[in-house]
Amino acid sequence: MRIGVVTFPGSLDDRDALRAVKIAGGTPVPLWHGDEDIKGVDAVVLPGGFSYGDYLRCGAIARFAPVMNEIIRLAGPPTQVSSGLPVLGICNGFQVLTESHLLPGALVRNEKQQFICRDQKLRIERTGTTWTNGYEQGQEIVVPLKNGEGGFVADDATLDMLEGEGRVVARYLEVNPNGSYRDIAGVSNASGTVVGLMPHPEHATEAGYGPEVNNGTDGLAFFTSALQGVLSA
Amino acid sequence: MTNSLTEEQRKALDTVDKAAATPDVEQPWAALGMKEDEYEAVRKILERRPTGSELAMYSVMWSEHCSYKSSKVHLRQFGEKTTDEMKEHLLVGIGENAGVVDIGQGWAVTFKVESHNHPSYVEPYQGAATGVGGIVRDIISMGARPVAVMDPLRFGAIDHPDTLRVLPGIVGGIGGYGNCLGLPNIGGEVSFDPCYQGNPLVNALAVGTLRHEDIHLANARGNGNLVVLFGARTGGDGIGGASILASDTFTEGGPTKRPAVQVGDPFAEKVLIECCLDLFKADVVQGIQDLGAAGLSCAFSELASNGDGGMLVHLDRAPLRDSTLAPEEILMSESQERMMAVVTPEDLPGFLEITTRWDVEATVMGEVTDTGRLVVLWHGETIVDVPPRSVAHDGPVYDRPYARPDWLDARQADTPDKLPRPSEDELGALVVRMAGTPNLASRSWITDQYDRYVQGNTTQAMPDDAGVIRVDEESGLGVAIATDCNQRFAALDPYTGAQLALAEAYRNVGVAGGKPLAVTDCLNFGSPEDPAVMWQFAEAVRGLADGCQTLGIPVTGGNVSLYNQTGSTAIHPTPVVGVLGVLEDVARRTPSGWKSAGAQLFLLGTTRAEFAGSEWAWSQHQHLGGLPPQVDLEAERALAAVMVAAANDGLVVAAHDLSDGGLAQVLVESSLRYGVGATVSLEAACERDGVDAFTLLFAESTARAVVAVKPEAMQLFTQACLANEVPVVALGSTGGESLTVTGHFSLELDELRTAHESTLPQALNA
Repeated sequence: MRIGVVTFPGSLDDRDALRAVKIAGGTPVPLWHGDEDIKGVDAVVLPGGFSYGDYLRCGAIARFAPVMNEIIRLAGPPTQVSSGLPVLGICNGFQVLTESHLLPGALVRNEKQQFICRDQKLRIERTGTTWTNGYEQGQEIVVPLKNGEGGFVADDATLDMLEGEGRVVARYLEVNPNGSYRDIAGVSNASGTVVGLMPHPEHATEAGYGPEVNNGTDGLAFFTSALQGVLSA
Repeated sequence: MTNSLTEEQRKALDTVDKAAATPDVEQPWAALGMKEDEYEAVRKILERRPTGSELAMYSVMWSEHCSYKSSKVHLRQFGEKTTDEMKEHLLVGIGENAGVVDIGQGWAVTFKVESHNHPSYVEPYQGAATGVGGIVRDIISMGARPVAVMDPLRFGAIDHPDTLRVLPGIVGGIGGYGNCLGLPNIGGEVSFDPCYQGNPLVNALAVGTLRHEDIHLANARGNGNLVVLFGARTGGDGIGGASILASDTFTEGGPTKRPAVQVGDPFAEKVLIECCLDLFKADVVQGIQDLGAAGLSCAFSELASNGDGGMLVHLDRAPLRDSTLAPEEILMSESQERMMAVVTPEDLPGFLEITTRWDVEATVMGEVTDTGRLVVLWHGETIVDVPPRSVAHDGPVYDRPYARPDWLDARQADTPDKLPRPSEDELGALVVRMAGTPNLASRSWITDQYDRYVQGNTTQAMPDDAGVIRVDEESGLGVAIATDCNQRFAALDPYTGAQLALAEAYRNVGVAGGKPLAVTDCLNFGSPEDPAVMWQFAEAVRGLADGCQTLGIPVTGGNVSLYNQTGSTAIHPTPVVGVLGVLEDVARRTPSGWKSAGAQLFLLGTTRAEFAGSEWAWSQHQHLGGLPPQVDLEAERALAAVMVAAANDGLVVAAHDLSDGGLAQVLVESSLRYGVGATVSLEAACERDGVDAFTLLFAESTARAVVAVKPEAMQLFTQACLANEVPVVALGSTGGESLTVTGHFSLELDELRTAHESTLPQALNA
């Protein structure tokens, strides 16, 4: 039940992700971008932020951080059906996962060319992942979204493949805030262990500090799901 | 820069010896913005002419921006009018990088607001971005972790072309920098007024938290301690502004055009924040100073002046982005994301270990001495040898002439009494129209570009009255902050206007449940060389200092921005006031909107027919005249006391202070906040105060709030009001999907929402 959270230079939501793991009942373990060692954790969260300033392309430099070598190796190839190391990439972490080719597609600048911060309604489309098994199929949740480059794009064949294999994890409802294709807010690898999500569930885990809806704790199940999954694995 | 100088370079270098030997060399003091008597004063201090580098240092450090030479004589009142009782919670007062306030449980908070007006006009994105960067470094240098920012912004008319030029860039820059630093943006203001066309105001507030024992100060003590420059490299950006660019003598052989606006790298600053916090934790820093205005000139002279009084530095060790920079330029560069620390030789290895971990470049520039002199070497040659205090603290002080402007009488006599009032059947339409004026409309087009969630401690942000953040995750101890200023009130009477700004910020904090503790201010005015402006400034400072004394909360720091004008036309006096309050548990804060039906609504305070400077007079009649609303600080204090106690006792579910737009605007905003309407009756309040419905809805009398009370707590709440002599009258109750004023009008929330939310997108998406 030890979940590691990687701090890259420029990570911003790392302390929040550590807090969310703790609230969910897990043991948060800080990981450092420059270490090869992931301290034997059971799962990893790549947090939001602007790793390495997001220079070049969001997540493009972080993907080559020493710690990512081990994470990429343990997570296994994206098409692999057996389970590897569970990884949740949130916002910038999602961008790192696509840059690492652990997940398909790419995240591009928001359609309206502006950073946007809002309470975002999502529908959970896939509950068969390490990070979403605590939700009901089709459950609607509200979590904060805050990004400048959150538009999920991929070619039609990839999008069809993701839809066909049930790898769209969450979709935007009511408002598509960043121009993501097919309203996709999050996707997973084939086995459901690696999930990338643009909105921020770690900011909806503690009553009073998240969105007004449902006490603002709609995101907590991402973390409790992982603990359940890790426990039963 | 370890290469030694060529013989030619050595010959061209203006050293102290050369300065002593060539007293009659013409120097570009005027081009550097110095007055002749100021230049003569420098010669007298040094008993010779200054070297080029010394002249550079004195010229920037004695500038208005750094020396406060025109404002100092007035600003003294903030200290003089702060009683010992007011200092009770003050751990560090005015004069350091930022004030530090004790909030209990061993926690302290540091906060400060600064201006970045002129750079933001020239280059909106970078100007605003580096404004955030600068104020955040002030907070770090006190030893604190920055935890939030706020931005009071003022633009020209919303439909003026220049507003469209500067606004998106300024908002983008604030978001681009602040979001990337991981600092939640929890509030501020946005105001539109033609007086800011050609001179937008971009003020930035930052707040940080620390344990009492972690306070760090900017001083260089301990003979032999090392002076370490760390962070970004020094480049040619932000050198001394236009005056220095005019001087070719400084750039011979180097790049000739320098951008006067600094360019920010938020990633470098984020890394610098974390690096500094690790340095503090490891206790390897004796003194620390951020590099902002006047760059190294300021850091060397202030650290030395505040410490043991001597420093020897090797300027050629400074890591540069541009190797052709001359020593004068290096001393004046305002490159961002740099800090300077004083470190003992024993601590240096530990210090460098931490900077290396964060990939932050660190360079030992020199050491603290007991000589009483600041000596700067360039490849072994002495180019500066000055008493540091003469640079940092003993600059010129001007008591500039000031006089009440002759046009003020006519303006004050031009009261809004003659403006046509709406007829009874126009009231509803007026409420809708007012909800959508540029100054009252929803700000979400702007504030949605700011991250308010990061760090996970934001419990209240825009559009609530005050931003509220948790400081202690265990106990819930936290702070509320609000910034305010109605520049129209200040234009009608700067003394009262400054007090009204203070009263509004104080009220916002109190209504949110925070006990007000301390004040920061950003005083934005026109040219001090205009006696009318200087009078406005003197009056505003006097008003604010008197007001703080009455309320018993000290000014802990702030900033003065002068020369805000286009040609000979100054902006309205704009004394922006930030008030910080403490909440024992932020879970008990009071939001500005009601979330459910059935709460009982009360109006607190007294309404008078006060329309001078109001949003109604301005937006509906383009009228600005008369005398601003009365200030009643005792009433403000009582109101805040009632609201803080009611929040603690769990009696209230929502509360909203009354200010711009009056009661009507509050009913609209509080209903729209969570989509729950209200039904109210104005009769009782109108009868008691002797005013008509229009006045009750739109007047901007102070010391008022609308409060939504739990039905079972009504008696306790009204008793508390009476006990504190706060006038209270029942208004109605919450619920439904409309805002109904019985006997007058009923408005669907959807209609109000459209009016309230469409103004900014329509104007700014163009």
